[in-house]
Amino acid sequence: MSLPRSRWLADPLCWALAALLLLTFGMPRLKPLFAALFPALDRPLYEQDSFAALLLSHLAIVALASAVATGLGIAAGVFVTRAAGREFRPLLETLVAVGQTVPPVAVLAIAVPLIGFGALPALIALTLYGLLPVLSATIAGLGSVPQGAIDAADGAGMSGTQRLLRIELPLALPVLLGGVRSSVIGSIGTATIASTVGASTLGSPIIVGLSGFNPAYVIQGALLVGLLALVTDLGLARAGRHWARWQQVD
Amino acid sequence: MRKRLLPLTWLPKAWSSEPLPDPMTAMGQGLPGGRGWVRNRVLGLLVIGAIGAALSLSFVTVAPNRLVSGAAVALQSLMVAVPWDLWAAAAVLVIAVFVPATQLTQVAVALAAALLFAGLAGLAGSEAALRSAGLPALARVSLGGGFWLMLLMAWLAFADALQRLDLPLGWRSLAHAALLGPLVWLVGAGALDQLSLLKEYANRDESFHAAGLRHLQIVAAALAPSLLIGLPLGFAAARSDRVAEPLLALLNLVQTMPSIALFALLIGPLSALAAALPGWGLSGIGLLPAAVALTLYALLPIVHGLSSGLRQVPAAVLAAAAGMGMTPRQRLWRVEMPLALPVLLAALRVTTVQVIGLAVVAALIGAGGFGALVFQGLASSAIDLVLLGVLPVLALAAVADAGFALLIMAWAGPQR
Amino acid sequence: MIEWQAVSKSFGNVPAVKELSLTIAPGEFVVLIGASGSGKSTLLRMANRLVDPDQGRVLFKGQDTRALRAEDLRRRMGYAIQSIGLFAHWTVARNIATVPELLGWPAARIAARVDELLALFDLDPGLYRGRYPQQLSGGQQQRVGVARALAADPEVLLMDEPFGALDPVTRQALQGELARIHRASGKTIVLVTHDIDEALRLASRIVLLDRGCIVQAGPPAQLLLQPASDAVSDFIGRSDLGLKLLGLLSVADRLRAGESAPGEPILVSASLREAMSAFVVRQTDRLPVVDAQGRPVGAIGLNDLLRRRE
Repeated sequence: MSLPRSRWLADPLCWALAALLLLTFGMPRLKPLFAALFPALDRPLYEQDSFAALLLSHLAIVALASAVATGLGIAAGVFVTRAAGREFRPLLETLVAVGQTVPPVAVLAIAVPLIGFGALPALIALTLYGLLPVLSATIAGLGSVPQGAIDAADGAGMSGTQRLLRIELPLALPVLLGGVRSSVIGSIGTATIASTVGASTLGSPIIVGLSGFNPAYVIQGALLVGLLALVTDLGLARAGRHWARWQQVD
Repeated sequence: MRKRLLPLTWLPKAWSSEPLPDPMTAMGQGLPGGRGWVRNRVLGLLVIGAIGAALSLSFVTVAPNRLVSGAAVALQSLMVAVPWDLWAAAAVLVIAVFVPATQLTQVAVALAAALLFAGLAGLAGSEAALRSAGLPALARVSLGGGFWLMLLMAWLAFADALQRLDLPLGWRSLAHAALLGPLVWLVGAGALDQLSLLKEYANRDESFHAAGLRHLQIVAAALAPSLLIGLPLGFAAARSDRVAEPLLALLNLVQTMPSIALFALLIGPLSALAAALPGWGLSGIGLLPAAVALTLYALLPIVHGLSSGLRQVPAAVLAAAAGMGMTPRQRLWRVEMPLALPVLLAALRVTTVQVIGLAVVAALIGAGGFGALVFQGLASSAIDLVLLGVLPVLALAAVADAGFALLIMAWAGPQR
Repeated sequence: MIEWQAVSKSFGNVPAVKELSLTIAPGEFVVLIGASGSGKSTLLRMANRLVDPDQGRVLFKGQDTRALRAEDLRRRMGYAIQSIGLFAHWTVARNIATVPELLGWPAARIAARVDELLALFDLDPGLYRGRYPQQLSGGQQQRVGVARALAADPEVLLMDEPFGALDPVTRQALQGELARIHRASGKTIVLVTHDIDEALRLASRIVLLDRGCIVQAGPPAQLLLQPASDAVSDFIGRSDLGLKLLGLLSVADRLRAGESAPGEPILVSASLREAMSAFVVRQTDRLPVVDAQGRPVGAIGLNDLLRRRE
């Protein structure tokens, strides 16, 4: 990278990422600290899984669900903004509005009796819930493309697909990426709770700690997942700014 | 020139300098309609979905006790006869797919869908009552996937009809909330009592009411402080960028935190606080950390809502007010606040619904509320218990949403 | 070049174009003019099939436009609109290269063409190639818009109120540039506007539309001197009809060659309207005339403006 070293030092993303990685791999070193803070506990460090494994599992669930949710959300958003699908747009918007009032926990909780415990209900809940912001953002983003650009694209002789891929989606990208960002952050949060349904994530220490009255576990899990959320948010924001460079031009 | 059956080319929405009506709405009163024999493709899709659900999924399930999953009973195999008004309502919906869209058709569809919505519940209730009469007391008749899907399709048909009638948003929210009315009446009249969901409720009605009360307490305990803190912060943020930027960045940070993590991180400091102030009745777990965390979550929408609401008041309007001789305080209360209020109310609407949903997670840290029922049901894999926790939360959110919609409508006039 | 044969188009219950027939020959500069709702934009959009007529047909170079794929047809025509519609995520160079890219031109040819067009509009290629539309003024944006329309060297240029959103000074400048391009390239241009002065200045033929029908079609002088109806003269405006007529002629048309007069000269290429203005401002009834290089060519008098055509 061409950034000078001083830029790295001042960059909050770098600090957060460093903190996340340090804590993930270095948490066992802090065992004496936790033992000192909570002398009453005989297990001050969560040792059922390595934090690195939990982090990876958490990331894997979120990444898979987000990929599917983004793909479906963009596809559905494109469909309802084309002439063929315009009729379905209010229906979809109603579903999105209602979907956002449903707490993600509820989707998890309902999926379990139907599918069982484990990572699958978590994946399904995350995908369904993550779809909503992406769909909403796709519709808003495509709607924000100036009519003039669309007319000009048609007049220049672009086919519908060319116009969509070359003009509409790129111009909608800033809004779209905002939706993806909301979706991923939400998924990180829901995946944390997914440990109640048997998925192995950074929420596991928290849940185990809460039910077992072990505040050390709780803090360890909460710190890591908080840092993960922060890193992801900053990282996606930066990626968004990079891909929509043309917007920052004076 | 032969007309195509369906408009597949994209039509420009606006023609430069020519104020001609959008062809999609020009067919009459803002009702888009397809051409060809299927006039309402959305309703068509919903009808197909409902029929598919009715034929392939179970309407109710019958289980010997609450721990075992039940045997499926499809719509065809119901012991109770489907009442004629439900058949009529279903027929109206099917016919409406092929009939040209007019105001009348949409009203008919809305009424039929509402009737179906309540009627399906009533039907399930009577079926449960009939079957339970011949089964031992431990047996459970539960609502099946087919029922839920048909209910969803009926509700979506209702929503679609309302949307095509182009009702203002406020009236639409009210109509949706009103749909709950017949259901509440059915429950009150005891018509649904033999369903496993209601039996679960009957078994636990004390803890249910306690959970409900607790849930409302948590929501109130979060909203009140967030308003008290958020409104002044919103003012400050509206006036000064130097305050707004770091404040909003900080609140955004709070929003990205997973809720359970925030709840959990607050336990420590609050426990310490509780230990330091023993006489105050504070506790590190339960209501207090939940309320504090939810307050923090609610701050962002409120601060951002008030701030952007005030900032979007046009400078020209403020200049005119100053020109008329209003003092800054008069300008604030007579001009800025009234204009900013709809934006703030919209933000409050979102906040309230969000807090109602997030309060479910608070059960994990011992705060109680409907979440307690949800997680209990999760632990024992009893979907009825889960539903007993989830459905009231959804109903609460819908009522709150409608309430705010009414408020916004009363203040700012019907919104579209 | 383009022929509309008895075309009709309605939007819902509202008729926009009613059984209209019009033929445009190659090299003409036709201006479609009329009030809002007269059908002029709709008519224009039928040419490149952005709108399809309910009845009748449109021919492009003798071929029914429906026989071609719409995209292929549009790539052979330039299209410029009032809102300009530059693509904000592409540089100026890439915007101009839109149609050449669609046609699959080699990169070198595209780059050369972009530079050529930027130079044509007095925009330094080195400076403007890499800029984004947001960095340009309104006038510069529309220059790029027209350049984009011309990029693939189309035979026809369709323009829908292209200068409507610009300030009067920029509008005048761009009108001049468009006239210059038309003279130099001989392209067929069809322009829609509601500004009669723009039409009188640019058109070789004006087509006046009212509620979907052609009221009059002919050279500017014909509409001024032989309006087909009161509606036409109402639209053109009666109060400064004389000045508009003067605007159609230039000093060269009434020059007294070889004569001389005192005072500051005016250009031989100036319009008679400008000459009239000069007479008033300088409070004289005779002015000397010079050519573009400043050499005296004769004189012109106030009475010459009133002289009937021989």
